[in-house]
Amino acid sequence: MAELDTSGGGKKGGGKPKTKKQSTRVDLTAMVDLAFLLITFFILTTTLQKPKAMDLTMPDKDEKNNNQLPVPETRTMTILLGKDNKAEWYMGLPQNPLTAPAVVTLGKSKQMREALIEQNKKVLAASGKEMIVLVKPSDKSTYVDMVTIMDELNIVANQQRAIVDITPMEIELLKRDNLY
Amino acid sequence: MARAKVSRKSTAIDMTAMCDVAFLLLTFFILSAKPKVQDPLPTDIPASTTIEALPESDFSTLLVAQGKVFFSVEGAEVRLETLRGMGAQYNMTFTPEEEKAFMSLDAVGVSIVSLKSVLNMTPAERAGVLQSGVPVDTTDNNELYQWVKNARKADKLVHQKELRIAIKGDSKEEYPTIAKIIKTLQKQEVNKFGLITSLRAVQK
Repeated sequence: MAELDTSGGGKKGGGKPKTKKQSTRVDLTAMVDLAFLLITFFILTTTLQKPKAMDLTMPDKDEKNNNQLPVPETRTMTILLGKDNKAEWYMGLPQNPLTAPAVVTLGKSKQMREALIEQNKKVLAASGKEMIVLVKPSDKSTYVDMVTIMDELNIVANQQRAIVDITPMEIELLKRDNLY
Repeated sequence: MARAKVSRKSTAIDMTAMCDVAFLLLTFFILSAKPKVQDPLPTDIPASTTIEALPESDFSTLLVAQGKVFFSVEGAEVRLETLRGMGAQYNMTFTPEEEKAFMSLDAVGVSIVSLKSVLNMTPAERAGVLQSGVPVDTTDNNELYQWVKNARKADKLVHQKELRIAIKGDSKEEYPTIAKIIKTLQKQEVNKFGLITSLRAVQK
């Protein structure tokens, strides 16, 4: 029989070389550890990588559609987006704002949300209806500003909002406050 | 007193079954995992508190970074149908090899005239080429408009569903680029679309 003699010593004597019966069991603990580690890794990477999508609905641009209602200016808040992640807001019309235009910094600060909540309360108390928010990003604003504002509106559960093109008068206003 | 004799048992447990299960799960997760698609340009997407996930299929992504737009649509068949639609529109015919290359292409980032040369490259060569982005002009040469339109048609044809459009923009992207894309979409009455964001907790 072809067997490898591993017993080492030269055993003398005519007896059969006794092979030691070794257990075939392998310790699988380390292998199981590794497998579960990999499983954990794959679970975490697959579920956390899922991209999230914020829905954005734009007002219908169709010119034929003329059934747009005039919006009462007392219920309208306009947010202008300027450079350096700053925004400016006021109530009413730009030529005759009901509140003085206020500059807020977007991002970490909560100025914008406080303003939104406070104005919404006032509008609700005065007219019994929800505030309408018009977001007007200027050419100097960045995409993140727009997303931040939309997210703030989502957080304060505002239902009536729109992204509208900025007017020259509002650009002047931004320029005056050094935001353009 | 006679002591109760506790028989000494081995502490080693048979790990075979556990190992089997672990590897079975591991295989499942590896196979079900989607390979992460490399973006043609690095994008730092903004964070929001939105928790709705993007659907698995029937959506198209418009990647916006450094003033360029890259178009991609989910699903190989939809992609093929989109390419055929574009070919018909611009009087171009694509060979089966080129169609195959397009089906595995992550994102279109070139003008339609140079699309053929990009498709004939090997993937390694393609990675080295800096793509100029799909032309989005407000004039007649708005290829993004055609891509989106053909992708919507293709998805209707293949899956009988309405294609959803998602914009994946870089945080630092200037607003005019985004406005141009939104205008393009609104021109074909797509007034609702998604903005891809990463998750962020609400600040109290």
